[in-house]
Amino acid sequence: MSKKHVKQLEGRPGQTSPLLALPTVIFLTIGIGIPILVTIIYSFLDRAEIGMGVKWHFNPTSYKSLFIIENLDGTTGFDSRWIKVLWNSFLYSGITTIVTAIFSIPIAMWIATRDENKRNILLAAVTLPFWISILIRTYGIRQIIDDNGPIGTIMHKLGYAHYHIIYTPTATLIGLVYVFLPFMILPIYSSAERFDFRMAEAAYDLGARRWTVLRRIVLPSIRPGIIAGIALVFIPALGSFLQSDMLGGGKTNMIANVIALNFGQARNWPFGCALSVLLIALTLGFVKLIQWIGKKSTGEKVSFI
Amino acid sequence: MGSNKKRLASFAAIAAVTTMLLSACGGSTTASSTAAAGGSTAAFPTKGTGEVHLYNWTDYIDPEQLKAFTADTGIKVILDTFDSNETALAKLQSGATGYDVVFPSDYMVKQMIELNLLEKVSPATFPNGSKIKSNMMGVYWDANRDYSAPWMYGSTGIACNTKAEPKCSSIKSWKDWFTVGLPKMDSLKDQTEVVSAALRATGVAAADLCTTDKAKYAAALDLLKGFKPAVIDSDSGIERVIAGTSNVRMAWNGSTHRMKEKVPSVEYIYPSEGLNLWADNMVVPVGAPDLDNAKIFINWMMDPKNIAAESNFTGYDNGITGSDAFMSDSLKNDPAVVVPADKVALLSPTPACDQTARDLYTQVFTTWLGAQ
Repeated sequence: MSKKHVKQLEGRPGQTSPLLALPTVIFLTIGIGIPILVTIIYSFLDRAEIGMGVKWHFNPTSYKSLFIIENLDGTTGFDSRWIKVLWNSFLYSGITTIVTAIFSIPIAMWIATRDENKRNILLAAVTLPFWISILIRTYGIRQIIDDNGPIGTIMHKLGYAHYHIIYTPTATLIGLVYVFLPFMILPIYSSAERFDFRMAEAAYDLGARRWTVLRRIVLPSIRPGIIAGIALVFIPALGSFLQSDMLGGGKTNMIANVIALNFGQARNWPFGCALSVLLIALTLGFVKLIQWIGKKSTGEKVSFI
Repeated sequence: MGSNKKRLASFAAIAAVTTMLLSACGGSTTASSTAAAGGSTAAFPTKGTGEVHLYNWTDYIDPEQLKAFTADTGIKVILDTFDSNETALAKLQSGATGYDVVFPSDYMVKQMIELNLLEKVSPATFPNGSKIKSNMMGVYWDANRDYSAPWMYGSTGIACNTKAEPKCSSIKSWKDWFTVGLPKMDSLKDQTEVVSAALRATGVAAADLCTTDKAKYAAALDLLKGFKPAVIDSDSGIERVIAGTSNVRMAWNGSTHRMKEKVPSVEYIYPSEGLNLWADNMVVPVGAPDLDNAKIFINWMMDPKNIAAESNFTGYDNGITGSDAFMSDSLKNDPAVVVPADKVALLSPTPACDQTARDLYTQVFTTWLGAQ
C-alpha cells in the first residue's frame, strides 16, 4: 500500500484505525480468553455426581491431588505419577525440538540458496502436509513404520525382525518430528532468506574456515528464525495427543493423554482442568525462559508471543 | 463398557466426523401405511418422509442396510459416529444435538435415563418389540425396555492364536492371562475392562466388582504391576492379529470372530473367573427432531432379518429372537459369538459402578499405565 493511499485513509502516516484491532480482540476473547477462563473456573469446582461436567460448588481438591495421593492402603503420600507424565511430555517435546532443528537448518539454508522459482516449489512442498488432515498423516506414518510396512520389511530382510518401531516411544518421536518439521523449517527459512550470502563469502575471503563461517556468521543471522521455530514446535508438541496414542501403543503417556482420560473414561473434569492449568503455567514459564535467552543472546527482545 | 471398544478407526470420530448422506433416492414415496413385512399393528407406521439422524459407534452399522431401510420406508438416513460412550454422553448433555437414534451401551443408557436425556418411546410395545430376547428384557439399565431397544451384545475375553503361540492355549483364567508373560501379548486400553479383569483374577466375585474396599484394589494393582503387555491399545487388534504382530490379546468376541475369518487358528478363551457382557442399545434422545422416523427405524431394525444382517456385518450376536435363521453359518457356528452352554454362567454384565468405585478403577488403571 502506497504512502499516499494510507494518508487518504487515515490522515496520519503509519497509523491505522483502532477498529482494525477488533477482529483480533474478538478472536482472542472468544477463542482463547473465555476457554482458558472456563478451564480455570472448572478446576476449582466439584465434579458432577452423574454424567459429565461439574457441579457449581467450590472445591480445590483437584490441585491437591496433583501432588498428593491417597494410597490404596489408606496412607497418603507424594504422587509422582503426574510429574512423571509431565516430565515425559517435556522430554519428548524437547527431543522433537532438537531433532527438527537439526534437520531444518540445512534444509532451510538449502532452500534459501536456490533460485526463486525453485524456492517457491520447495516451499510449497514443505507446506504440502498441511493440506492433509493430521489424523490421516498419522495413520500414514503408522503404516510406514508398522512391522509389515516398508521399514519393517527391510528390517526383517536384514535380520532385525526382533526390533519393532511401531508402538514404542521411538514411534511417538518419529510421529512428532514428522508432524512438527514444517513448523521449524518455515521460520528458519524466513530468516535464512534475508541472510546476505555475500557476508559468508566475505568471511571466506578473510580466511575463515567453513565451521567458523557457520558458527560466527550464518547461525547468528538465522537465530531469530531458530528461536521462533523452537517456540512453534516445543509448545504445541507439549500438548500433542495423537502421536502418543496412535503410535506409542500405550507405552508413552503424554500429559494430553492423561487430560483426555479425565474428560473421558475417568469423568473427572475438574482434575482434567487442573492438569490443563498446570500445563498452561509451565508452558508460560517456558515461553518466558525462551524470551529471556533470546534477549540475552541477541540483545533484542524476541517477540513471538 | 469399553470406551473405544469398537472396531478400527476410533479416532475417525474426533477428526472427521463423517456425516454420510446415504441413498440418493428417498423422498419419492408418499406416506402410505400398511404393506411391508411385520406391519401387524395398524397404528404403527411403516413408512415416513424426511430423514432420520443416527449417532452410532464407528464402523458399527452396515451401509447397505441403511440403503435398504430407505428403500423400504422412504426415510433418508444421516449417520454420524462417536468413539466412546463418554463422547456420546457429553454430546447429548450439551443440549440439542439433532440426533434421532443413538447407540449407547448398557451402563450409559442407565445414566442417560437418570439424567432425563432419553425419550420414553417404549420399544417393547412396537410391533417387533415382542421379538426382544427374554434375556434382553428385565435388564438392569432399563427393566421394561421403556427407553431402549437391544442392538448388538458381546463379551470381553481373550483371543489366542494357537498356531503362532501354542502356549497361549494354556491360559484358562484371567490370573493366567496376567501372569503368563508371553511375547506379542496386547491389552485393551480400557480402564473398566482391565481393572475388572484384575479384580476377578484376585478373587472378587462378579456381583462385587463395584466394591469400594480399597484392599481389593490394592491386590488387583499388585497383580497388574507384573503385567507388561507389548501394546496397550484398543483400535488395532484385528489388523495386528492378522498381520501376526499380536498373538494373544484381550479382545471382544466380535473382533475375535473377525480375526478368525482371516486366521482360523485364533480361539476365543472364556476365562474361568468370568467375563464382562456388554450390550449396546438403540435409544431416542429427548428433543429428537424426527421422533416418528426414529420409531420406524428402531422397529425396522428389530425385524429378525434386518438385525441379522447387522450381526453378519459387525460379528456380534443381537437381542432379537429368530434372527439366527438369517445369520451366516460362520457366525452361527462360532463359539466366540454364540456362547457355548457351559460358558453361559461365566458371563455377567459389565460393572456399572458409582463414582467412588470408578475413581478407584481410575487410580489402579493410571498407576498401571504409568508403570509401563
